[in-house]
Amino acid sequence: MDRAAIIGIGMTKIEANKHRETFADMAWEAVDKALNDAGMSIGDIDNVVTTSSDFWDGRTISCMAVGDASGAADKNISCVEGDGTYGAFYGYTRALSGSYKTTLVTGHSKGSQCISSLITNAAFDPIYERSLGMDMVTACAMQANAYMHRTGVKPEQMALVSVKNHANAFKNPIAQLPMHITVGDVMTSEMIADPLHKLDCSPVSDGCCAIIIAHESVATKFRQEPIWIRGLSFCTDSFFFGDRDLARSNALVQTAKAAYKMAGIKDPKNEIDIVELYDAFTYQELLWLEEMGLAEYGKAAKLLEAGEFNLDGSLPVNASGGLLAGHPVVAAGLYRISEIVMQLRGEAGEHQVKNAKTGLAHGVNGLCGQSHCVWILDKER
Amino acid sequence: MSENFKGIEPMIHNSKINVPYSWWAGDTASRFFISLRDQQKIIALRCGKCGKVFVPPRKVCPSCFTENTEWEDISSEGTLISYSVARRQFESIPKDKKVPVIWGLIKLDGADTAILHYLDGINPGEVAIGLRVKAVFAESRTGSIRDISHFVPVK
Repeated sequence: MDRAAIIGIGMTKIEANKHRETFADMAWEAVDKALNDAGMSIGDIDNVVTTSSDFWDGRTISCMAVGDASGAADKNISCVEGDGTYGAFYGYTRALSGSYKTTLVTGHSKGSQCISSLITNAAFDPIYERSLGMDMVTACAMQANAYMHRTGVKPEQMALVSVKNHANAFKNPIAQLPMHITVGDVMTSEMIADPLHKLDCSPVSDGCCAIIIAHESVATKFRQEPIWIRGLSFCTDSFFFGDRDLARSNALVQTAKAAYKMAGIKDPKNEIDIVELYDAFTYQELLWLEEMGLAEYGKAAKLLEAGEFNLDGSLPVNASGGLLAGHPVVAAGLYRISEIVMQLRGEAGEHQVKNAKTGLAHGVNGLCGQSHCVWILDKER
Repeated sequence: MSENFKGIEPMIHNSKINVPYSWWAGDTASRFFISLRDQQKIIALRCGKCGKVFVPPRKVCPSCFTENTEWEDISSEGTLISYSVARRQFESIPKDKKVPVIWGLIKLDGADTAILHYLDGINPGEVAIGLRVKAVFAESRTGSIRDISHFVPVK
């Protein structure tokens, strides 16, 4: 099979409220940064994939609205919903198709402009569920309860994820919410939806991210050493919660297995050096790690307590601060990929992890992790 | 920020997406809602191939990808699989509900899937997975999921 690589990344700072920039302004900033990073001009890009979602964008046919600012004028432009990892998946398959050499993928998000509770409520089944009034936060609280009941994990253990990730954010200049907090601070913060306290939840954020994916035939033609895509997969669980085992994520088990297989990874715990995953809520970092085979089910909290997922631990997780330190929903997965690319290049500055050769980036779509996307990236081809 | 934008007051443009939308419930949900409305009975669909019983009923079994055709009455009692308690008055919460609002994922006796609904008549701090609950029907029923008012613990 042909190979493809990531040869450019651009991220805006993640902020609570980018009131000086429109979506298009943000997209331009991220794309310009990605092109400069790659040593490319817009003429070197032969197609564009954007990520948008009509309600998050506050408009219909939103996929058409940021193309110009993404450098898509006169180019083949397409749009994929999700958190950016899915759009990037499509960008990768375009590279493999033989028809495209360089694909620009963007994701933009402004939580500050919308009422996320209403948007995520409308993701529920309109006939059987929506009028009951649940949203993403209350749904994830339901998953957290199911997970805690099954595993015996305590809220204090989940809180430690928040302590770690907010502290990591101090070393990441683009993170929104660096904080030195204690488990006690998390436990005494406002109870939002039992068992999730305010500091168990990611903040409302604005940001835009862009990456450039190149087919192997052109991957070394530009400035950056390519970061190779070794393994990639996504998989989706049942839509209705009542059809799923909410305490687990079967879709993520399948996704991770397929990505490891493609990458030739037999022992992920030892072969993966760094992870950036979708920690929209504290419990998710633990559950996702377990379902990806990076900890035994119900045991990630113990490893967290032992410091294994710290910046200097055996498997640093969300060295960037993760989503708990900034959650631009529709771009969040592209940020995960870009962070791993920076780490594998050795350019992550203060939050650089030592000897990072193989990294995992993880994205999510849907309520309570209905769908997962796993990327295995590598310094070496 | 570049020099030529210095001192510019950031303006806000207020707008909204407000597009009314009507969903046809479809034959399967219609039969379920009519049963709730007229008989105060919860009915389910069974997959003829794998035998799985779906509440709320779905026309197609997602695992077998075949049409579910066997209707059956199902108990209005079941077990709490998980739950959520809203402490903040989220915008998504209907106007007639005040926090704390409790939602339950409830597996009714005889069903293989669980249904989302409200849980009431219990202190939020006393809710626990495994709790036995039963449906309370609404006095005024219009043919919707809220024809079940909520679930309460079985005494």
